[in-house]
Amino acid sequence: MATTQTLTPTMERQRRANMRRNLLYIVLIAIGLVAPFFAYPVFLMKVLCFALFACAFNLLLGYAGLLSFGHAAFLATGGYVTGYLLASYPALTPEMGIIVGTLAALALGTVFGALAIRRQGIYFAMVTLALAQLVFFFYVQAPFTGGEDGLHGVPRGELFGVISLRSNLAMYYFVFVIFLIGFAIVQRTVHSPYGQVLKAIRENEPRAVSLGYNTDAYKLLAFILSAGLAGLAGSTKTVVFQLASLTDAHWHMSGEVILMTLLGGVGTLFGPVVGAGLVVSLQHLLAQGALGAWVGPILGVIFVVCVLSFRSGIVGEILKSYRKNFK
Amino acid sequence: MTQEFILETRGLTKEFRGFTAVDDVNLQVREGHIHALIGPNGAGKTTVFNLLTKFLPPTRGEILYRGDSITGMKANEIARLGMVRSFQISAVFAHMTALENVRVALQRPMGTSFHFWKSERTLDHLNDRAIELLDEVGLREYADVLTVEMPYGRKRALEVATTLAMDPTLMLLDEPTQGMGAEDVDRIVELIRRVAKGRTVLMVEHNLSVVSRLCDRITVLARGAVLAEGDYAEVSADPRVKEAYMGSEADEEEEASA
Repeated sequence: MATTQTLTPTMERQRRANMRRNLLYIVLIAIGLVAPFFAYPVFLMKVLCFALFACAFNLLLGYAGLLSFGHAAFLATGGYVTGYLLASYPALTPEMGIIVGTLAALALGTVFGALAIRRQGIYFAMVTLALAQLVFFFYVQAPFTGGEDGLHGVPRGELFGVISLRSNLAMYYFVFVIFLIGFAIVQRTVHSPYGQVLKAIRENEPRAVSLGYNTDAYKLLAFILSAGLAGLAGSTKTVVFQLASLTDAHWHMSGEVILMTLLGGVGTLFGPVVGAGLVVSLQHLLAQGALGAWVGPILGVIFVVCVLSFRSGIVGEILKSYRKNFK
Repeated sequence: MTQEFILETRGLTKEFRGFTAVDDVNLQVREGHIHALIGPNGAGKTTVFNLLTKFLPPTRGEILYRGDSITGMKANEIARLGMVRSFQISAVFAHMTALENVRVALQRPMGTSFHFWKSERTLDHLNDRAIELLDEVGLREYADVLTVEMPYGRKRALEVATTLAMDPTLMLLDEPTQGMGAEDVDRIVELIRRVAKGRTVLMVEHNLSVVSRLCDRITVLARGAVLAEGDYAEVSADPRVKEAYMGSEADEEEEASA
């Protein structure tokens, strides 16, 4: 009886927080549904693909505390496998291509994870970078990737063999659903029994060990999930742009996803989405203007300013001030 | 014969690049005792502790738990046997609430700790037990407080609650009163006395008054080896123990003036 009394205010608060969160989700989904009527769908799809990629990366860095410097390998693997399959086997539907591409990235993530997870901190980052470089050089040489030219003319095909994805609007809604699925997986993982253990490991690994947890196995699962979701982003991107290229496998891409995640707010659910939106928009805007050649340095300066002045990123800072002023 | 000792080491040795930190230690911890491991700075107490809890692999020697060798086991495996350690600096999960801290320890036996597709609400039925444990250490009103915002003494109490959630048969405490004010020390001593009922405790401790009040048996380490063993009266009367402590204090003064 007494126990229920102590818990009631908390439960009440939690219930209200959940209601607010659900309302936020509904509003955001509504915005997502009408967005292609106000902005160029291909641009929006690019944002969504990178947002999913950044969410996948954030699952690992923000919730497991592991900094991977090789996530480009998973993005590219998803992209190449899906691109190759769809280009070579016209009978294959796009969703099948995406599923196989995602599974390929998942498998690669299992191997990389098993090797990298034995090291910590900077050594972990270096092992992932080295493995990703290996993958990059493999894709430069491998016959099925088209080497420096990349894979072009990947057909978008017909979803489930029925709905043509040739129209950008149809393609957009397909991408939007994929993004929502990916986001939901991350959201649920973070708020699951597994998510609790992962959080405990991030906070204090030796203590988690002393409570009987085999922490390496938990970290490995986070790595595999993250790699799979990054592959999903890469596969989807290939179908959208009908091409897979070496840009996705280059270590620049691994750096870019770190930038997106940190800028938006590491360890927050929406941070990577905001960060990806911002970076992709900036690249888009700058590339069109006279400052085209300056995209790199400008992003670099923004990154430095972000790390120096608001370390928890845009969403992180908003959450902080919200908690300070409204609770 | 072996059964009366819950934990035993035989010839336990740890060498770091030629330096012998722990030298042929034979330790026997009797079931139901509160056993202290004391010794001057650098005596190898923490190393012994880390060997026993498998955070370090021994160079030589054997560790037996209830007569069975656990020498080759991993740290998380011995925790499942009921041998749960604490840490010198308070080991809590800072950005989780006190309730969540305890619940993480309770959730493992459920077998759903890898289930990333389930809602965390499936853990809610553990809340009552977690609150009970918090109550046991006087932290009920802190249940929803983020641990990072709790005072130091309370964090240590929370750590005890988390350890109790494992229902350990053998608790290994690494300097439980370190860095505490007198008031907190008294509270922790009472707490340890209370939770030690029906369990065995092995603790590393600097504070001799805590040791004299709590412990049934004391092992004194010096330079990595066992110097003396007995109850508090025996050990404190031992001239070698006095010398080890005085000698080390003199060393420290030299170091300080150097």
